[in-house]
Amino acid sequence: MSEEIKEIEKETQHIGRDEFLSKLVKIGAGTLAATIVSNGMLGTASKLIAKSKNETPVKRKYHYGMVIDTRRCVGCRSCVLACKAENKTPPGVSYTVVFEEILENRPNDKPVFMTKPCFHCEHPPCTDVCPVSATYKREQDGIVVVDYDRCIGCRYCMTACPYSARWFDFGENYPAVEEKTPWAEVPSPEYKQFRKREHEKSPIGNVRKCTFCLHLQDEKGQYNKAEGRWPACAKTCTGKAIHFGDFNDPNSEVSVLLRERQYIRLKEELGTSPNVYYLL
Amino acid sequence: MNFIRELLSNENKISENLKKIFWTVGTALFVIGVYGWYIRFVDGHLKANYGSIVTWGLWVAAYIYFIGLSAGSFLVSSLVYVFNFKKFERIGRLAVFTALVTLLMALLSIWADLGHMERAWHVMVFPNFKSPMAWMIYLYSIYMLLLIAEIYFLLRYDLVKEANDETIRGKLYRILSLGSKDLSEQSKTRDKKIVKILATIGIPIAILFHGGVGALFGVVAARPHWHSGLFPILFLLSALVSGGALLTLISSVFQEGWFKNKDVVVELGKMVLALLLLDVLFQFSEFLVAYRGGIPSHIAGYELVISGPYAWVFWGWQGFVGTVIPIFLLILPTRKSPRWVALAGLLIAAGIFGLRLNIVIPGLAVEEIHGLTSAIYSHRVDPNYFPSIPEWTLTFGIIGFGMILFGFGEFFLPKHEEKESAIVSQSKI
Repeated sequence: MSEEIKEIEKETQHIGRDEFLSKLVKIGAGTLAATIVSNGMLGTASKLIAKSKNETPVKRKYHYGMVIDTRRCVGCRSCVLACKAENKTPPGVSYTVVFEEILENRPNDKPVFMTKPCFHCEHPPCTDVCPVSATYKREQDGIVVVDYDRCIGCRYCMTACPYSARWFDFGENYPAVEEKTPWAEVPSPEYKQFRKREHEKSPIGNVRKCTFCLHLQDEKGQYNKAEGRWPACAKTCTGKAIHFGDFNDPNSEVSVLLRERQYIRLKEELGTSPNVYYLL
Repeated sequence: MNFIRELLSNENKISENLKKIFWTVGTALFVIGVYGWYIRFVDGHLKANYGSIVTWGLWVAAYIYFIGLSAGSFLVSSLVYVFNFKKFERIGRLAVFTALVTLLMALLSIWADLGHMERAWHVMVFPNFKSPMAWMIYLYSIYMLLLIAEIYFLLRYDLVKEANDETIRGKLYRILSLGSKDLSEQSKTRDKKIVKILATIGIPIAILFHGGVGALFGVVAARPHWHSGLFPILFLLSALVSGGALLTLISSVFQEGWFKNKDVVVELGKMVLALLLLDVLFQFSEFLVAYRGGIPSHIAGYELVISGPYAWVFWGWQGFVGTVIPIFLLILPTRKSPRWVALAGLLIAAGIFGLRLNIVIPGLAVEEIHGLTSAIYSHRVDPNYFPSIPEWTLTFGIIGFGMILFGFGEFFLPKHEEKESAIVSQSKI
């Protein structure tokens, strides 16, 4: 034993600086690796990487979008409620909102109502700024989504969105959830992930946004209005002002409306090319 | 008042007293910060006052402020180690160490701001290089390693020299010297060479990462208040101003205060004045283009800055306290007194924080679509933002942490060695 110690002492005495440094680096790397493994970081990382590899690029099959008729909107805000009920969004998070603008020189001062979901832009400025690629435009149908497990909650995408279509989940709850009524136990169907609302767990601390209710798509990625698998806001619209559909299909309701009516898109000058059109 | 008079009456005591104040303030802030961190860890972002309209608040402003201080003081130190600027040699080490401490403060601030702090490592593993934020992460990492290496080679010789003492200091030095025992003149010149190389590499990195922080804001076309090619440059300039100003203050408190550092303080004051005036010019240019251009969305942010609810930040804090008073202090005969120059440094360093707030918040507080903030009723959808108490306390805590770290470093690490020239300049006083 004592010999060993002596040997070690010898070694340490003769250790050169370079050698020492290299040893230090090795030890440091070893410790770091051990910490990473023990914290389960590697596990999570490999899972997340595998997940992104599984999503092999597919050709764009669908081009989903909305056409919103400002003449038909009565400002009832049932789309806002339907969206909340469907996605179970907490207070302060509202994937769609209705705002009103009083236009001058109109009889009866009738305001223009506009419902505003996410526009799922063709060139979304929000996805490029995400430092971890947690938000992206889906290859198959152009829907802009957020990977709740990857998002770090830096909120850069929110600053980059010109339409304020993104919302940060601060972890607030409606009384029904706060008081742990049975409603609190119902998971949100978002992304078909069925997450229950738990303290500090995603999507709390994440950026959230409208997904065109993509959890209602079938395996092929199609919606079906007759079966009720249709974005909640469009399904519930009392004035039938919100039209949803596939712009790739020339016979879809939305394609026909765009051919026949006059429309605008918001902030065209930014080149984002939104997929939500407003009929005038 | 009596306390202050007493404090300033005895020249020998001033430096000591300033240090006492420094330690008291630092510790107090650190203790206050414990509350902020506690709330942050327990409640997440619940108690923060920003929302989905003003998405970034005090913590982000603090982050760009601290990172600016880091880049600024590093660039000042490179004057010594790259450009051989002898006048600042006494505070070279101090500047590099300040750069490291403020970098840590910046990283702490932005870490607290993340929605999921435990996922901070994602930025290393899944970088998206289209995002300026991802560039930043890698540049910071390189910069931090570089700073640590530079500090090591700056101090190695002195550390080794005193590593044989059996005091705590000696033991600490033995650890910090990483086993090096080389005391030859050769090793000293080699260290100098390495420092020069590291400092040279550091210059473009410091410019890139802080210009990059400016680009992080500048590239956001959705926010006309930020979307300007001048932004990265403006960030760099403000960094140099704030870094220089902070060093002015630090060098008059530490390393035997302004008695020994008189020349350095006065010289730094001149440099900071020039930079500050340039900074004002750049800001003026931003205002001029916005207002003369006259596009309403472009002006909206500036309107908030100059006449919004927090106009006092611009006129009072940033403008009067942080710009006008120090400019006068640095132009009038007070420019020759290190005491007044140090005060100017303090005011400028504080004023730049107002500038940082005026970048982050007015850029966000403008409704992107008219009527949005009245469309739903939630305090998260409100263009009026004022930081909450946990936000303030956490920020204070980071400042306190930085001060304590800096104080320990200043206390334990070897000081700038006295050379003939320094002693001569001292006797002149």
